[in-house]
Formats: sequence, C-alpha cells, structure tokens
Amino acid sequence: MDLGTKVAEVIEASSAELMAQCYKLDQAPPLGSLVKTKGGSWETYAVVYNVETHSLEPGRRVVARGEEMGTEAEIFRANPQLAKLLSTDFRALVVGHCQGNGLYHYLPPKPAPIYSFVYVCQLEEVKAFTQSLDFLSLLADARLPISVDEVIAACLRYASRAYPDSQAFLIKAGKELAWLLSSDARRLNSVLKRLRQ
Amino acid sequence: MNDHNLDERTRLGAIVSGSLTRGVEVKLDASVSVEDMAVGRYVAIEGEKRRFFGMITDVSLEAIDSRVTITPPDISDPFIAQVVAGTTTYGKLRVLPMLTIGSDAVSILEGPQPAKTVPTHFSEVKLASQRDVELVFGAEDDKRFYVGTPLDMETKVCLDVSEFVKRSNGVFGKSGTGKTFLTCLLLIGILQKRAAVSLVFDMHSEYGWEGRNEKGYKVKGLKQLFPSKVAVFTLDEESSRWRKVSTDFVVKIGYDEIEPEDIELLRQTLNLTEASTQAVYQLAREFGDRKWLEAVLNLSEDNGKQLISKLNIHDSTYRNLRRGLETLRRFPFLVPHASDNSVQRILEYLERGINVVLEFGRFDDFAAYILVANLLSRRIYAQYREKAEKAGGADMALPHPLVITIEEAHRFLNPELSAQTIFGRIAREMRKYNVTLLVIDQRPSGIDDEVMSQLGTKITCLLDNERDVDSVFTGVTGKSELKSVLSKLETKQQALIFGHAVPMPVVIKTREYGSAESYKELGFLEAAELKRKAEKEIEDLWAT
Repeated sequence: MDLGTKVAEVIEASSAELMAQCYKLDQAPPLGSLVKTKGGSWETYAVVYNVETHSLEPGRRVVARGEEMGTEAEIFRANPQLAKLLSTDFRALVVGHCQGNGLYHYLPPKPAPIYSFVYVCQLEEVKAFTQSLDFLSLLADARLPISVDEVIAACLRYASRAYPDSQAFLIKAGKELAWLLSSDARRLNSVLKRLRQ
Repeated sequence: MNDHNLDERTRLGAIVSGSLTRGVEVKLDASVSVEDMAVGRYVAIEGEKRRFFGMITDVSLEAIDSRVTITPPDISDPFIAQVVAGTTTYGKLRVLPMLTIGSDAVSILEGPQPAKTVPTHFSEVKLASQRDVELVFGAEDDKRFYVGTPLDMETKVCLDVSEFVKRSNGVFGKSGTGKTFLTCLLLIGILQKRAAVSLVFDMHSEYGWEGRNEKGYKVKGLKQLFPSKVAVFTLDEESSRWRKVSTDFVVKIGYDEIEPEDIELLRQTLNLTEASTQAVYQLAREFGDRKWLEAVLNLSEDNGKQLISKLNIHDSTYRNLRRGLETLRRFPFLVPHASDNSVQRILEYLERGINVVLEFGRFDDFAAYILVANLLSRRIYAQYREKAEKAGGADMALPHPLVITIEEAHRFLNPELSAQTIFGRIAREMRKYNVTLLVIDQRPSGIDDEVMSQLGTKITCLLDNERDVDSVFTGVTGKSELKSVLSKLETKQQALIFGHAVPMPVVIKTREYGSAESYKELGFLEAAELKRKAEKEIEDLWAT
C-alpha cells in the first residue's frame, strides 16, 4: 500500500500512544485523522487526538510580535529564525496495526520505534481500516487530556469522507457507538450530535 | 422498511431468551420495523440442528437502558433516529415455537412434529416462507380442504377434514364475525371430501338455500351449490315457499313423539317451574309416554281439576305447565299425529350420502329449535348407535360418519342441560358411533366445560368477552399467548383455528365465500356453463 504523505517523526512512543514532531510548523494532520508509522514488520495506526505548537526551548516563552505588522505572515518574514525555534507536535492514540496482509484493530506487540516516520493515511487506507469499527472501543475507553468524545466524533467525520455514502457510514458507526455507550445515554447523545456534518 | 419489502427471506432478528411454555423472545434487527410485525404471523427459526416453526404472539418495544425512556434521544434529527433504532431502542417479538422440522431423512419423512424444545441462543429468525407453510398445512387433496390463507400470505391453509369429523368441533365468534360463512365453508369441505354427511339444524334458514351477507347481498346456500348432494327439509313450508326455496320434505312432529325429557329441556325456555317438569313425568305415567301430551292438551277444565287432585299436583303448577304446553300447541309443525316419519326420512337421505339442512323458517325461537333439534337428534342417535353396535358385532364397517350442526349451542350444552340433552352425550361419547357435533355459538362461556374440552378442533372468530375467551382456550397449551392473538383478530373474515385438524394453531383470512368467483372455485357451475359443459361432453362422445 502507498505510504501516503510523510508529515512527522515519532519523538515519544508508548504501547497506547505516540507523539510526533511535524516537519513543518502548523502542518499537523487534522484532529481525528488516521496516521501510521512503520516499525519492524508491522505498521502502527493511530488517531490524532491533540496538536500542539510550542517553543522548542522550555525556558523561552513565545512572545507577541505583530503589533506593527499588517499580516501574520509578515511576522515570519521579519523573523525567519522563528520557524526553527518553534515546533508543532501531535499526539495520536494507537488504534490498530497491520502485519503482513492482516489488519488488526488492537494494539501492536511493541510501540512505534522512535524516529520512525509518520504518514497521513490516504482515503483508501482509511476506508480499509474503518471497514471494522472495533477500534472505537479503544477510543471510547481512552483517558485523554482532552474530550474523548470530541476525538471520536472528529475521527468518524474524517473517516466518513472516504465513503461515497458518508451518511450510511456514520449511521453504522453511530450504531456501534450506541452499543459501546449503552450505559451512558447522555454521552451517546452528545457524540451523535457531533457526528452531523 | 415497508411491509411489501418484507419478503419471506427477510431476517427478522435473533432469539435472545425465552422458554418453551412462555415462548421465545426475538430481538428485532434494526432494519425491521415493529410496525410491520403482526401477532398471528408465522416465523421460521433456524436452530442449530433443526428448524422451528412458530407464531408471533406479542410485539413489544424495548430500550437498552431505562434512562433512555426518561431522557429520550432527539429523534427529530433523522440521523439520531436512525442510529438509535435497533440499538438503544429496539423491537422485540414473542414467538411460540410450535413445530420442529428435523433435517435428517427420517424427520423429513415424519414431517413437522410438535416442538418439545426451543432453538439455541441467537438462532436466526425469518418470516416463514410459502414453502414452510405448505409443508406444515399441506396442499389441498382428497382429505384436506382449503379454508383460508395465513395473514399476509398467499399460501393455502388446509384443514384435514377426515380428522376434523372424527371429533366434535366448535365454531365461535361474536355476532357478525362471519361464523355462518365459515360454517358453510366447513360444511362444503365435509361434503366435497366425502368425509361425512351433515345434518344441519338451520335456525335462521341461511345454510340451505340462501343467506344474506352483512351488506344484504344474497349468498348461495349449500343446496344451490350442490343440488344433488343436499336436501332442504323445512318446518315452515309457507316461509320456504315465500323465499322460493325448493324444499325436499316438510317436517311434521306428532304429539306422540314428544317425551317428558323434551319438556324438561325446555324448562328455561318455556319458563316452567321445577314442579311443573316433575308433573310431566306423573302425567306421562298416567296417560302413557306417547299419549300424554295430546291427552293433557285436550283436557277440559273440569277434567283437569279432577286429574290434578288425583295426581296430587298443585293448581299453580298445573297452570304453569298448561301455559307452557299451550306455547307448543301454537307451533304448526306439531300435529297430533304425523303422517310421515320425519326421522326415518332424514335417515334415508343421510344413508344415501345426501346432506340434510332443516330450515326453521319463522320458528326461529329457542323453544322450537331446542325441541326439534333435540327430538330428532335423539332418534337419529339411537339409530346410529344401533347400527354401529350391529356393525361392531358383525365386524362390518361402521355407518358413514355423521356431523350434526347446531347453532346457539349454549342453549343445549350449558352445564345444567348438557348431561340431559342428546348433544351433551354426542359431544362426550358419540365419536365411537361415528356421530359428531359441529357447534356454533357466540357465547362459548355458556357451554359446559366438559363439553368444551371434548371439542377436537375449535375455530374461533373475534371474541371479546373475557369469559368467552377463557372457555374457548380451556385445556389448551400456550393459552395466554393464543389469547393475545385472538383478541387482535379483525372483526371479519379472520379466524383462529386450533386443535386436531390442524398441526398447529393458525390465524387465517377465511377463504372468500359469496362471490361468483368463490362459487366457481368451490366447483359450482352456473346453469349456462353447465349446459355448455354437457354439450361439450356430448360432442366429445360423438367425436370418439
């Protein structure tokens, strides 16, 4: 399968999630998108759940610079060093892996290797991966610093673009969520409302 | 999903729980709407080792979590409505498994058997296919008669008429639910399959020549459809003449044929006291069994007084009795001496295999009906019994089965009378002598429980009185489930059949009766057509 667009590199990895640094400032894959990384004999799939842009040096805070400028782009033109001093990172939750010809919607045996390249999955690959929605349970049960429901909704909205009949996909996914969140009607309602496009 | 998209291969859902006695529960798939389901419909369940055949007895709405019912999802949004259908909220069916069809060769030969277990968890449930229904109810042949179609299906449901006539049967239903036409169909079935001969006590004169449907249109009776196989006897010649009915015999009953037991049966109808009916026996002893009625009716006032003082009968009792007997005297079909023996005539016809319908004409009150039906049946019973016993002794074939049809059966078969009337006896024991009853009633709760439990096949149209419904299901397994099916029948042209003649309870849309098309299906040819057929046969004869 085509590897897709290379956007980042793994800089922190665990069995359940990975953190990657983008090659370009503010060029992170969108929230909820499916990314993958190759390591050993398998490819790890992960869903982006948090994107962050910050100063590379922990001691140096980013300060406002554009008071005299007409546009935001002028700030970077006037301070070309900024692109090297700042970094865009994202965190992604591991939702499955591919080994040989098999696609598995559970965690891979090892975390993604450090420095492995991160690619944004192409739509065909997103479609292939979301044929089974078993990965939703990994997402639904995750404890994240941001709202899991937001991530689930963003992921499904993103994946629905891979389908000619996106509504049918969303209904199928919605039903899967209805099972997963059967004990929490309020939460289900809030996710379903976020699935509308 | 629309109903017309629900074909027989449609998966409805899966078994989730249940038991054999209460029925199994089926969780409906999201794609199937509860609104397309109906109690009384058949489903096939693909068990692990065998197929099950069952009937939907209840449909319910369920929610995965009770909180959903308190804070319902926003189903004004079509997306959310689609998602929650079948997941958070879903439909559930209760299905009573009734028959099993094994997959091995022996089971296939044996055919469907009563279900003694339930299918495993999550067995797939589908609507029964036409083939399944055919397998269960059989196709029309020389024993089976097509009585109707299952709900929402085109397949024929056939009644095993030869089994049907082996026991007494009942047709029940509120007034106006189509009991008469249903009975007509059953009588035609018995006639066509030559399973038995029928004697019909036709209280309202609607089976023999012609009846009227609810809209007032005329509907052909048995004699019009099968002139060579049906004879119409009448009690009221004048009424038959007015209605242009060609009758075969006018029934007259002599006073000498009325026995004290007959008067006892009429106690309620004639409003007689207990003492009056006892007085009848005294009078019969005094004058003799065959002469007492004529003698009492001819008594002058003085002679009467002498008699009662002689027999020690109280004056008020005598008056009560006289008044009752005077009611009988007003029936023109009762004559001091009947010139012809009506019972013998009826038997002659029955022996020739001709079905007899006795019209009551204007005498459609209970006194006449109970008196005549009971009197004639008692004689016929005696003859049949004698024949059957002789046949038994000589190792000969039993007489051709006889089915006696009575209406308003609760008047004969209520707990007080059923032990005394001949009908109670027939219902209980006459199976041995090849005589059975077809009872038609709108108040089955009035019929003795013992008689009800002896009925082989019960065919019931809509009943809504709780007591009537209970009595129909006396001694039936799956009673409460069938009750829910019965209470949901439509008021017309629908009936629930259960008992001996069908392998499992079935709700049918009764076969059409009354249109030209329906007569044709029953084998009736209009005069013009009959002539054409005869001409063609003659032509064919000459051509060869």
